Amino acid sequence: MKTGDSYQVELQTEHLLINFAGVAKVYGQGQAAMEALRGIDLSIHEGEFVAVMGPSGSGKSTCLNILGCLDMPTSGTYTFRGIDVGQLTRKQRALLRRHYLGFVFQGYNLLNRTSALENVELPLIYRRTTAGARRERALHALEMVGLRGWESHTPGELSGGQQQRVAIARAIVTEPAVLLADEPTGNLDTARSREIMDLLSALNRDQGISIIMVTHESDMAAYAKRVIRFLDGLVESDEQNGRAT
Amino acid sequence: MVWNTILLAVREMRRNVMRSVLTILGIVIGVAAVITMVTIGGGATAQVGQQIASMGSNLLMVSPGKRLGPGLSAGNIPFKQADVEAVVKNISSVAAAAPVSSQSVKVIFGNQNWSSLVTGSDNQYFRVTNRFIKSGRQFTESELRGGIAVCIIGETVRKQLFGGQDPLGERIRLQNFSCEVVGLLEEKGQSTMGMDQDDIVVVPLSAYQRRISGNQDVGLIQVSVRQGASTEKVQRDLELLMRERRHLSPSDENNFHVMDMKEIAKMLTGTTQLLTALLSAVAAVSLLVGGIGIMNIMLVSVTERTREIGVRLAIGALENEVLMQFLVEAVVLSSFGGLIGIALALTASVWLTEMLRVPFVFNAGIVIIAFLFSAAVGVIFGYFPAVKAARLDPIEALRHE
Repeated sequence: MKTGDSYQVELQTEHLLINFAGVAKVYGQGQAAMEALRGIDLSIHEGEFVAVMGPSGSGKSTCLNILGCLDMPTSGTYTFRGIDVGQLTRKQRALLRRHYLGFVFQGYNLLNRTSALENVELPLIYRRTTAGARRERALHALEMVGLRGWESHTPGELSGGQQQRVAIARAIVTEPAVLLADEPTGNLDTARSREIMDLLSALNRDQGISIIMVTHESDMAAYAKRVIRFLDGLVESDEQNGRAT
Repeated sequence: MVWNTILLAVREMRRNVMRSVLTILGIVIGVAAVITMVTIGGGATAQVGQQIASMGSNLLMVSPGKRLGPGLSAGNIPFKQADVEAVVKNISSVAAAAPVSSQSVKVIFGNQNWSSLVTGSDNQYFRVTNRFIKSGRQFTESELRGGIAVCIIGETVRKQLFGGQDPLGERIRLQNFSCEVVGLLEEKGQSTMGMDQDDIVVVPLSAYQRRISGNQDVGLIQVSVRQGASTEKVQRDLELLMRERRHLSPSDENNFHVMDMKEIAKMLTGTTQLLTALLSAVAAVSLLVGGIGIMNIMLVSVTERTREIGVRLAIGALENEVLMQFLVEAVVLSSFGGLIGIALALTASVWLTEMLRVPFVFNAGIVIIAFLFSAAVGVIFGYFPAVKAARLDPIEALRHE
C-alpha cells in the first residue's frame, strides 16, 4: 500500500503514469470523417485524481476509451508507464487492462442474479487468483467501499448507490494503477453522488490509487485535484483544483 | 485456466436455471432416446440369441406342403411314422428325428380347464427340441407302442390346472379321454415366434392318432443334425429322400418343405438388429435437433449478455477466454444434458425391458458414445455463438442496451 511519502519518491524514480503526445482520433473516412480528438498532449502522474469535463461530443469519452486501452488513437502516441500502447497487440492490451486498470461505468454493469461477492471476484478469476485469496480480497474490497455484510446480495437487492459501490469494489479489488470512471454518479441523486465521490477521494488519498473520472457535473469535478476541460476534440483548460490537498 | 472457465460456466448455469434446463432438454431427450433404443434392441437380439441356443443343435423341420403356414392346402400328402424311421435309417448325419402332430385341445382337471397344444410324439421329441423332464419320467416303450393314455405336461399347463399341487400321477381330461400325468417338462419360455413353449401336453403319437386326430398322419418331422455335420447337406439329403419316398418325378416341385430353424432365427436376429439401427438413427436425429436448440439459446444468450461480455473484455478477459467461456458453457450444458439423458435412459430401459419381457443388456459402449456425442454437440453448436461473443468490440458491447 502506498503512503503519501512513497508516492513522492515513486514520482521521481518511475515513468509518468500516462502520457499523450499528439493523440488524435478520427471516426469514419472521407467526407463522413469525424474528428473526435484533434491532437492532444497530456500527462498524468501516479496518484493524481483527475476530472475530465466537457459537453457531449467534446471527445472526453473517446479520450477515456483510449486511456482504457479499449480504443486506439488514429495518430499520436499513448505511453502508459513508459510503454507505447500503440505497439501492443489486442491481447497485450487486454492483459494491460487486467493488471493495471480498473473500470467504473455509469450504468454499474454488474452481473445480474450474481452476488456482490461473486461480482467483485470476477476480475480476480481472470487473474487466476486462488479461490481462498479471491474471497479474502473481494471481502476486503467490499469492506473498503462500506458494504461489509452485503456480500451475498444480488444487484437487484441493492440500491443504485450500493450497486455503484460494488462496481467500485470490483474495480479496486485488483489494486489497479489507475481507476477509470465514466460518469460514476450519472445515475445517482445528489446525496448518493456525494457518498460515491467521498469514497473515490478516500481511495485516492488513502490507497494511492490514481483516478481519472469523466463527469459533466462541476460539483463532482470539485472533488478532483485536477480538472481537464475538453471542447471540440481539444483540451480547453487544464488546472489544479484549489480544493485539492 | 480450464478449471476457472468451468467455474464461470457453472456460475452462469446457476444464474439462469430455467433457461439452462430448457436448453438441455433436447439433448436429454436425444441421448435418452438413443440409449433406450439401443438397450432394448440389444435385449431383443440377446433374447433371440438365447432362443437359438435353447432350440437345440441344428434343428430342421420337414413339413408337408410348399411352406409352413396355417393354411396347408388339401392336396398335401401327409407324412407317416415310416417316413420318420426312413430319415433316421437313411441319413447318417441325423442324430434324431421325431414325428410331431399337434392341435389345440381343451384340457380339464377338476374344475379347472385350459386350452393347450396337445402334441403326439415319442421320446425323440425331447432330444430333438432340447427339452428335459424336470420330474417324473419319459414314455415307456409299451406306452408308445400301445398308445396308452399318459402325458407329459409343460409348466404353464401345470400352473393353470394344478396350482401348487403335484401333478404327477393325477389324471387330466383331454377332449374325450383321460390320461395320467407321468412327467413335467423343464421350463423353456417364449419361442422366437413369441409362442409359449411351456403351454404343451405331450402324449404318445399312437395315442394322439387314435384318440385325437383319428388318422395315421404325422404333422411334421423334426430332425436334429449330428454335431459337426453340415446342416445344408442333411437338408439336401432330406429333400432327395422325401422326393424319392413321395415318388416325385424330376420335373415335379417339392410338395414338402425342409426348414432350417437356425436360419430363420438368424434372419430374425438380423431383422431385430436392423430395426434397432433404424430406430437409433431416428433417435440420433433428435440429438442433432437438441444441438441446434443449444446453438439457438447460446446465440440468444450472447445477445442478451452483450453488456456483460463488454464488462468482461474491459476488465481484462482475453478474446480466447470469452470464447472458451461460451464454448465451455455450451459443452458443460450439453454434457450435463447427456448425463441426465443417460440416467433417464437407464431408468426407462430397465422399466421397458421388464414390460417387454426382454433381458436388460447394459451396453457401456453406447452410453460412452452418447455422452461423448452430447459433449461434441456442445462444441460444434457452441462454437459459432462463442466466436460471436469473443469478437465483440468492448466499447460497442458496453454501449449495448
